[in-house]
Amino acid sequence: MHQVALPTAVLIIIKFERTPMAAILPETGIRRLLPPAPLFLLQPVLRRIVQHIAAGNPSLFNRLGPHRKARFVIDAQGLPFLLLLRPDPDNLLFRAYARDAEPEHDARIAGRFLDLLGLVDGGEDGDALFFSRDLDVTGNTEAVVCLRNALDDVDGSIAARVADLFGPVGRIALIAIRQAGSRAKADRRAA
Amino acid sequence: MMKRPELVCPAGTPAALRTAVDAGADAVYCGMQNATNARNFPGLNFTPEELQASVAYAHDAGTKVLLAVNTFPPAGKFELWRGAVDLGARLGVDAFIVADIGVAEYAARVHPGCRLHLSVQAAASSPEAIRYYCREFGVRRVVLPRILTVPEIRALAAEIPCEIETFIFGNHGLMIEGRCSLTNYVCGLSTNMDGVCSPAADVHYDRAADGSVATRLGAFTIDRFGPAEQAGYPTICKGRYLAPARDEAYYAFEEPVSLNLSALLPALIEAGVDAFKIEGRQRSRAYVRSVVSAFRQAIDQTLAGETPALADLIALTEGQKETEGAFKTKKWR
Repeated sequence: MHQVALPTAVLIIIKFERTPMAAILPETGIRRLLPPAPLFLLQPVLRRIVQHIAAGNPSLFNRLGPHRKARFVIDAQGLPFLLLLRPDPDNLLFRAYARDAEPEHDARIAGRFLDLLGLVDGGEDGDALFFSRDLDVTGNTEAVVCLRNALDDVDGSIAARVADLFGPVGRIALIAIRQAGSRAKADRRAA
Repeated sequence: MMKRPELVCPAGTPAALRTAVDAGADAVYCGMQNATNARNFPGLNFTPEELQASVAYAHDAGTKVLLAVNTFPPAGKFELWRGAVDLGARLGVDAFIVADIGVAEYAARVHPGCRLHLSVQAAASSPEAIRYYCREFGVRRVVLPRILTVPEIRALAAEIPCEIETFIFGNHGLMIEGRCSLTNYVCGLSTNMDGVCSPAADVHYDRAADGSVATRLGAFTIDRFGPAEQAGYPTICKGRYLAPARDEAYYAFEEPVSLNLSALLPALIEAGVDAFKIEGRQRSRAYVRSVVSAFRQAIDQTLAGETPALADLIALTEGQKETEGAFKTKKWR
């Protein structure tokens, strides 16, 4: 089931991101009237992803130091849900929450979905996104800096490893996402 | 024929180091995970094991590794700095970047075979000061403070017995380097002794309903950015303040802007600069890849007598603004 669920979700997200609705809904609050996303389908997928990344990169946790127990809310704008990450190797947590049910957290990271993916992918610079106001950080800044540095020390692409987890469909989905990201970036520069 | 300058690149993590090496760095500078270097940020820098593996990776590619031991040891804590120097020597780093005369003396006496570079944190800008470090500690290269014009650098080169390294890109925080105590007053930590300017634990961003963001360091609000306004680093020197001199809040010390000397490369090489330094050990692999690649290409094209095709690096600059600072004119502000 997972081999289909993530790419399908991702393709829906891309499609959603490229519609005028994506820009309008956060402003109008109409999104709250939409049916809630099927988060229960997403939770096992997210759990599998975070366990896979943790197993492949144990040194990542050393850089987090005491902040491995911190709870990070990730607001990937354009996604119909929030993500909660606790990067504790002994008690990993990566779950989706409805936007109107934001969980308690130590730090909050907000940005466009494709920018955040670029950060995880080693393709974007967090400081540059902050300078251009495309990345918002509130709460425990030190924990966020630690997380950023820990993820940036992972060689290669975390996104590619996640895509590999879901086979050819995952890899195709990632290509589509990256292409959408490049197009969006080019559009912003042109504007 | 032009002398080939060394491209010296930042690495805050082993992955960033490998990225810099692969992108064409001649040398990479890095630090340990403690107060012995001026980028002692959470989650950044190298363990001894990581440094050992990184030195091997760099040397296999013909790239040098320079270890920044460029903070000032407080009384009674010299052991930490001595340990960093001894470790670096044991692992075969190619040079130590030092600022403190005690650290310089120790490295020169105990590890005479390892080069010493004088950090920008030493703020040595006169021939007399630089000659002192060369004479007393055998310093082989000085990293110049960002306060000299190109003609001044040319004149200086004729008067000192060591190589010159200048910054060419990155954070443009001048003050009097190595002597700024602004962070100390607010946070109780020393930029120069603890190695951290604006410690992240004391930085807070407060977002208002209108999308504006206030930046606080400790108990002090140091800036407020409008919803669509570019932001800068949360340092006191880049903050905006109300002061009697102006009617509105303004950048009383410095503006959030990055140094970019790509257009001055030929003039700097001609002036006698031996090495170009890219700032940014706190930045990502993406930054390292983009900036190192751009300057590798620009330097190689300049040396080949071509006009460098300079990549657009504005997206990576602080406040999305760049300057040639004092290198072009003392009136740059």
